[in-house]
Amino acid sequence: MTQDVLVLAENLHRHYGRHHAVDGVSICLRQGQVLGLLGPNGAGKSTTMQMLTGNIAPGTGQIMIAGVDLLDEPREAKRHIGYLPEKPPLYLDMTVLEYLRYCATLHGLQAKQARVAMDFALQRCDLTDVATRLIGNLSKGFQQRTGIAQAILHQPSVVILDEPTVGLDPLQIKEIRKLIRELGEDHGVILSTHILPEVKMVCDRVQIMTQGKTAFEDALAGLEQRHADPVFLVGFETAIDSHKLESLPGVTMVENTGKGEYRVSYQGGNIADTLCKLAFAEQWKITQLIPQTTSLESIFLSIVHEEGQVT
Amino acid sequence: MSMALSIAKTEFRRLFRSPLAWSILAVMQFVLGLIFLVLVQEFIEVIQPQTAGMDNVQGVTDTVVSAVYLWAGMIMLAVMPILTMRTFAEERMNGTFTLLRSSPVSVTEIVLGKYLGLMGFILLMVAMISLMPFSLQLGTSLDIGKILASLLGLVLLLASFAAAGIFISSLTRQPIIAAVASFGFLLFLVVLYISGKSQSNGSELFVYISHFGHFLSFLQGLFQSGDVIYYLLFIGGFLGLTIRKLDNESLQR
Repeated sequence: MTQDVLVLAENLHRHYGRHHAVDGVSICLRQGQVLGLLGPNGAGKSTTMQMLTGNIAPGTGQIMIAGVDLLDEPREAKRHIGYLPEKPPLYLDMTVLEYLRYCATLHGLQAKQARVAMDFALQRCDLTDVATRLIGNLSKGFQQRTGIAQAILHQPSVVILDEPTVGLDPLQIKEIRKLIRELGEDHGVILSTHILPEVKMVCDRVQIMTQGKTAFEDALAGLEQRHADPVFLVGFETAIDSHKLESLPGVTMVENTGKGEYRVSYQGGNIADTLCKLAFAEQWKITQLIPQTTSLESIFLSIVHEEGQVT
Repeated sequence: MSMALSIAKTEFRRLFRSPLAWSILAVMQFVLGLIFLVLVQEFIEVIQPQTAGMDNVQGVTDTVVSAVYLWAGMIMLAVMPILTMRTFAEERMNGTFTLLRSSPVSVTEIVLGKYLGLMGFILLMVAMISLMPFSLQLGTSLDIGKILASLLGLVLLLASFAAAGIFISSLTRQPIIAAVASFGFLLFLVVLYISGKSQSNGSELFVYISHFGHFLSFLQGLFQSGDVIYYLLFIGGFLGLTIRKLDNESLQR
């Protein structure tokens, strides 16, 4: 891989009092990638993002943004970052245009550059119609978009978005996801969320955090084949002997979910045929045979569940 | 440095976005206008007839002008905390401080920008207040030097209020707590002056520490470099503390 590494954070730690909020997390983001940070509430996602954007310093660890050390040269490194925190940092008493102009100034853009950048951001976030309105009078969706406009205004190479789709209606969520996908093509994007389908839709890589640690990390494409056995949800009208199901070749686990439904996990080739043959031989009436594809969810749940049992 | 100025400009403009700045200016002008009126009337009807023809008496500059500036300083004791609470405490509460924190701007620039923005407001207010004493020039001759000393004194006093208020604002995320604490602190320094001047056990040290004593000598028309240095140290000290506080805030404790 010869892609540029945009964010390289190693072994980050952060305590809040005695609470170990982030415990040895490493993050690597390359150009043209969308990285999804996933985790239950309080997993340390926001803290990690605050560290990556220089809002708080890590207790230990190192952060390189586009090859610049964030802790040694914060000013230079922060030029490459666009950040939308959980709560959009909006001055409610300014208009969208004034606000973006101020943001442009803060990022050191000259008047001419600033105008181009503002037009671009307004268009990209579909804010042109409300540009002259007070931010405080806009709906939550528009405010969120103004926050995103602020984050992409100076064309940063890294865009960090903390739960960008919270509080939006489904149509807006769709638009924002499309925007994030587009951003991911020429920038690097780190996105935190606890909505699983969102990760599936927009991310290239996923990193699952629980209790301040990275519990899982992989590329999203082909994730399901690699990390979880495929599952059939099988329904029977008659009572069956689940041991016979388990003894089928390839089956790894059979789980009774009640109402005559069984989750059958398997490895190797597809077992639909052998399963049907068994049912036919035993004269079990099959009512449904549904392949399950919610593997990210099952990975997530199993990870979070395991962690919960440890402590 | 240019970044600090841009922040200051935006801060100043944002002040006038809310009714806060307008109402503060209006109330100040109204109250001080009334005080001014009462003082001028008293001077014309009581003091002037009594002292006519005598040597070495207090003129209109002493009785009216200094008193207006003294009142302005006292009222601002309560008003300045409301202005300074916006600087950091309110930004923290609204989450907008993150915007400044994530921008390629140093903490020093942020603090200076906020302070200069506030100073712009203070200068505007002092200019508006000063219109009243200077309007007397139409009917009488004034001791301009003394007025300018009072004016400078008021600017320095308010500048010191602002610096202390900004520091206290940087300590908390609750604007109200910032306002109350700043008011308490400013009032404490005045009380220090009063106790230092008390008949029974006065203390020169208390008088010196208090920002109000230095202001009073300006009102008497005294321009002492010691007083100016006191204010500059006071301002520099609190701004320095603010920068340190914000710098350390992000670190692991």
